Amino acid sequence: MHDSLILRVVAKFLIPVIVLFGLYVVFHGKLGPGGAFQAGVILASALIVHMLVFGPDETRRVAPVAVLRGLAAVGVLLYGGTGLISLALGANYLDYNPIGSTPVSGQYFGILLVEIGVCITVASTMALLALLFAERVRT
Amino acid sequence: MGQRTARTGTEQGIAAIASLLIILLLAFMLITAIFVALSRDLMAVVMVFGAYSLLSAGMFMVMDAPDVAFTEAAVGAGVSTLLMLMALSKTGRFERRVERQWLPLSLTLVTTAVLVYGTLDMPKVGHPENPVHQHVVPRYLEESGKEIGIPNVVTSVLASYRGFDTFGEVVVVFTAGLGVFLLIGGIRRKENR
Repeated sequence: MHDSLILRVVAKFLIPVIVLFGLYVVFHGKLGPGGAFQAGVILASALIVHMLVFGPDETRRVAPVAVLRGLAAVGVLLYGGTGLISLALGANYLDYNPIGSTPVSGQYFGILLVEIGVCITVASTMALLALLFAERVRT
Repeated sequence: MGQRTARTGTEQGIAAIASLLIILLLAFMLITAIFVALSRDLMAVVMVFGAYSLLSAGMFMVMDAPDVAFTEAAVGAGVSTLLMLMALSKTGRFERRVERQWLPLSLTLVTTAVLVYGTLDMPKVGHPENPVHQHVVPRYLEESGKEIGIPNVVTSVLASYRGFDTFGEVVVVFTAGLGVFLLIGGIRRKENR
């Protein structure tokens, strides 16, 4: 794999910006366009840019496959767990109203938790796919 | 009154620009699609298909669906192009030449004709009287501000009103990732042993 100084420098500038934009999209999804799926894909693309520029080995050091696999499950569990919280508080599954002090704030926190769960799962699954494929290409 | 006509004038201008953009984007999408169908250089096909995804992302943008445009640009033009390129590097760059097969071709043409005939019956895109805008949408648009309290109705529908569906989608994404991991990641571990 040949090395390019320009690529490395640009990637070092670009990756934090992509991550920041991904976080903006997930936390701003309530107000503007965007949402957890989009944010997850954007965050994953930051890791994929890292993989393309610095190589899969370096990316595995930053985000080990085992961690990504675990995070994918954590996102699903966070979503399902939010539903269980509302069950425990006496409402229907995934009814966020009782989570906060008022129904509207309950909806706010419920949606936030659920969206973070979606974002974690989508981001780690996408990055996992790219890393696994890259590994297969080399061998 | 004068101000009012001026505003409708601008609105008409915007609509004209939008339809011009749609025609341009659709023309380029048609060109790229024909290239994808005809070319035998799979590397070029993957690249042009990425361009096709980017064009459809632009199309979604023109149709006021920036969320979908985000996803299409990142997944369609970015990630899936990368995955296809990686897959190509494990197979071959050029498609094998095969005899022209008339039965599948005629079957495809007939199906296409039937589907196009079916679209003649479809309601006009974006028309307010369409069934899709009459069912639950008015309630979401009117009540979600009070019930959910966030401005983005798309997010309230996805995460709250239709929370079960989104949960299913997340499980699908997780399962797909797990499947690929078991298929590809597992083989590598066996080789190391």
